Amino acid sequence: MSRWRRYRIAFETLLIKEVLRFVRIWIQTVLPAAITTALYFIIFGTLIGGRIGEMDGYPYIDFIVPGLILMAVITNSYSNVVSSFFSAKYQRHVEELLISPVPNWVILAGYVGGGMARGVVVGVAVTLVSLLFTEVRVHSYMLTLVVFVLTSVLFALGGFINAVYANSFDDISIVPTFVLTPLTYLGGVFYSIDMLPTLWQNVSLANPVLYMINAFRFGILGVSDIDPRLAVLVILLFIAGLTAFALSLLSRGVGIKN
Amino acid sequence: MHALKVTGLHKTYRGGHVALRGIDLEVEEGDFFALLGSNGAGKSTAIGIVSSLVTKSGGRVLVFGHDLDREPEEVRRCIGLVPQEFNFNQWEPVEEIVINQAGYYGIPRREARARAERMLRQLELWDRRRTQARELSGGLKRRLMIARALVHEPRLLILDEPTAGVDIEIRRSMWAFLQELNRNGATIILTTHYLEEAESLCRNIAIINHGCIVERSRMSELLNRLHVETFVLNLAARLAAAPNLPGYEARLLDPVTLEVRVNRDQGLNRLFELLTEQDVEVVSLRNKQNRLEQIFIGMIDDAREGARAP
Ligand SMILES: Nc1ncnc2c1ncn2[C@@H]1O[C@H](COP(=O)(O)OP(=O)(O)O)[C@@H](O)[C@H]1O
Ligand SMILES: [Mg+2]
Repeated sequence: MSRWRRYRIAFETLLIKEVLRFVRIWIQTVLPAAITTALYFIIFGTLIGGRIGEMDGYPYIDFIVPGLILMAVITNSYSNVVSSFFSAKYQRHVEELLISPVPNWVILAGYVGGGMARGVVVGVAVTLVSLLFTEVRVHSYMLTLVVFVLTSVLFALGGFINAVYANSFDDISIVPTFVLTPLTYLGGVFYSIDMLPTLWQNVSLANPVLYMINAFRFGILGVSDIDPRLAVLVILLFIAGLTAFALSLLSRGVGIKN
Repeated sequence: MHALKVTGLHKTYRGGHVALRGIDLEVEEGDFFALLGSNGAGKSTAIGIVSSLVTKSGGRVLVFGHDLDREPEEVRRCIGLVPQEFNFNQWEPVEEIVINQAGYYGIPRREARARAERMLRQLELWDRRRTQARELSGGLKRRLMIARALVHEPRLLILDEPTAGVDIEIRRSMWAFLQELNRNGATIILTTHYLEEAESLCRNIAIINHGCIVERSRMSELLNRLHVETFVLNLAARLAAAPNLPGYEARLLDPVTLEVRVNRDQGLNRLFELLTEQDVEVVSLRNKQNRLEQIFIGMIDDAREGARAP
């Protein structure tokens, strides 16, 4: 059997396993995001949004749709991989992979693929929920899709690296709570950075999530605080960096081999 | 061809603990081989290195001629591992554990299903195929790990203390299963600290102690040696030559010290009769323990402790 066919089968096996894992527990993995988003729409969109008026020339509810979708993608891609890979370490079934002839990049691809799948499924669920509250007309399907997919890949990679270093269940919630959530909330989900004083505008530009949310918003609405091409470039650079880092962790066996 | 050839294997764990101090080991293709040693001797570490779970600090590993450093994937394809501790996803159904493992070796899904069914039937787990792994009893979990290790039909099966904590009936059926597998051509290496287990299964053994191989021989030869006891006799009068003691192996260490090797089934009465006949007067006698026996006594203590533990 050719080596590539062997890798492909191993990758598919891992991917199916990862997808089944979150689909089986969809009440924990898919439903919460849909419910939270519905609440955001009710509170910020319908109740408060009416008083806020327009933002960047759009009704407030329309303005926050892209950010809310992407926020769900970010959280879910990340947490899928961090909990799945950490649990593989914790229960030691990561050893099933270590003893098999599966190269590290296939292992990484399998887990990241699983995280991406969860991000996409949840993203679609949230989009469907948002359609209950407003119409979503897409400005550029191409850009929307690219940002959607790349963002889920990026945060799935982040979740993987987090899991490699994690030694306890606490360690897998530290980054989401203290890094991811602030970055997302301050990444312009609910406001345009134009509203901020210059100093805070510049500080915001150091936040990678800002680029993703704005690129995604541009894809859907056609408005953005920054150039979407720059945003895509930033995401790609982060993906390349994190991929290289994750592979080096795997090849050194950090956290998984003695 | 050697199924496994290990040279100069070293392992120092992070924190500085030296677990292996230069191990050499050769296992012939088709062999049924035991790696014996008490708790903490370094068995699992050695197995871990060979099966890619532990990174080595030095030395070389060849599996069917493939070098672990240069062709890790080829090495892994040859090996099936049954680890010492349960290491499957507790929430995954039995059947999926086996099918997924096949997938990691590149076996297409349809074929993987067929093989999983075959393995699970053979190990009497088929009825439990939809059960989550955590709901199985200890013995069934062991068998699940064996099914998983065999699904890619490895040429070399390595089992790390496969019968620890398994009751005697299941242990015997597992032995029979492994012997059948070995007859069909698989090379098997198992680690154990039960001499009895190695005795009933294995043709060749190595004993590892404090990270060094201290003994490497055929099982039969080892048993012979273990069944011989050596006594040291202090004599009242000086002798010029060892007395004639038919049936016993005796040699004079010095004119008043005689060393005699006695088979366990021979007994000492006849020895003393022979000595008395030849007017050799014995002042005192002590049992000389050999190094091998000391190691085994250590292992037996371990096994007792293991049996006592909950
Ligand atoms: N991960 C580890 N870190 C540090 N020391 C270890 C580790 N694993 C095993 N050891 C030590 O290495 C020695 C050999 O252990 P092991 O190979 O498990 O022995 P055995 O399997 O023969 O009981 C023991 O002293 C053990 O404490
Ligand atoms: Mg051990």
